[in-house]
Amino acid sequence: MRALSAIILRDLKLAFRAGGGSMQAVSFFAIVIVLFALAIGPDIPLISKIASPLLWACALLSTLISLDQIYRADREDGSLDVIVATSEELVVTCVAKAAAHWLSTGLPLILATPALAILLNLEAGAYGPLILSLLIGTPGLSLIGAFAAALTVSLPRASLLISIIVSPLFVPILIFGSGAATAGAGGDPQFMSNLMLLGASTLFAAIFAPLASAAALRSNLD
Amino acid sequence: MAVDATVPRLIRYRATNICVSRGGDRILTDVSLTLQPGDAVMLRGPNGAGKTTLLRALAGLLRLDSGAIAVEDAATGEIVPDADPVVYCGPLNATKSALSVDENLAFWAALYRAPKERIGEARAAFGLDGFAGRRAGALSTGLARRLGLARLIIAQKPIWLVDEPTASLDSRSAEVFSSLVERHRNSGGAAVIATHDGVDLDRARRVELACGAAQ
Repeated sequence: MRALSAIILRDLKLAFRAGGGSMQAVSFFAIVIVLFALAIGPDIPLISKIASPLLWACALLSTLISLDQIYRADREDGSLDVIVATSEELVVTCVAKAAAHWLSTGLPLILATPALAILLNLEAGAYGPLILSLLIGTPGLSLIGAFAAALTVSLPRASLLISIIVSPLFVPILIFGSGAATAGAGGDPQFMSNLMLLGASTLFAAIFAPLASAAALRSNLD
Repeated sequence: MAVDATVPRLIRYRATNICVSRGGDRILTDVSLTLQPGDAVMLRGPNGAGKTTLLRALAGLLRLDSGAIAVEDAATGEIVPDADPVVYCGPLNATKSALSVDENLAFWAALYRAPKERIGEARAAFGLDGFAGRRAGALSTGLARRLGLARLIIAQKPIWLVDEPTASLDSRSAEVFSSLVERHRNSGGAAVIATHDGVDLDRARRVELACGAAQ
């Protein structure tokens, strides 16, 4: 436990210090939302109708740009050898790395969401379902993303490859997450079913992504 | 320099006929190496002979094509299951430049499940006491290497595998490193050191790697 919490705390420190990935993801999120708001213009009914799906898609893209560094930085400076060599169970260590990524990227994105939602004129009743769906869905994004990062850790300039690998895997989370957020705002009975499928997607990722990450890391150390 | 290097149990580390490939090419063929308590092996060989590959294989970081690595109790010869006797110090320092010297040491202490007091020991052993709060990224190359090597003291494992420890160290620091290796050997540990120069040890075995096989 001490080793796992040390890995999470260290990754958080690094993410929030100068040059860390946390602010990068949040700034990207804010910039894209502001650009959308400006591009759509003063059509208020339209913008508030698409606000939830837009925030979901942009949160997903912001997660995407931060994935590359999850294991790469540790591999380049040799830390990955130490982490792998001292891991009692590499699968659990992979969960810790994904958890650190969510705490340093997913959670700040969720915290930034209400402020950006105001910009898109999100209806008052839609905030709760949107935040809830993000809370359930974004850990799944971090878990799947960490797997893609582990798979490509020894390749140079892997960002594009990571995007291609994770995009199809992110699709269910995007569909159910955005679906839950939209349905919840309108009082649609589909809200709960979407939310449950979203939870199922994240749980599925929580089981299989760390197993695959550990296998990928082992083969990439060779 | 007060380093408590007691090793709880004397072990013998035996690699038998290990073969390792990287990128599809066979790098090591049937390499065997036995480390008794107190042994020091100086691993030499031209670039590309497989020194780093051998160290990483011994550290359990590479898959073996064939062969086996066993850890035995040095007194009884019994196999010690689930032993994790190795600390590997590669050519990279494994430090985070945004973290301070002490933060880097504390991270390793957590990973190696070492008591916190050992952070101070490791810092003192490598003469880093004056730099405890400095960012690792602001250390000179030699100081950064000393910080990287401080892992050996933090981990306190019986087998040290060290790759080019003294490449960027001044002669005084290289002597300090040699004396730490001697102390480690005297307390029953063993070390394999890949080096071209710098490290001067008594009674050290020399192993030459050439064309992918130990001779």
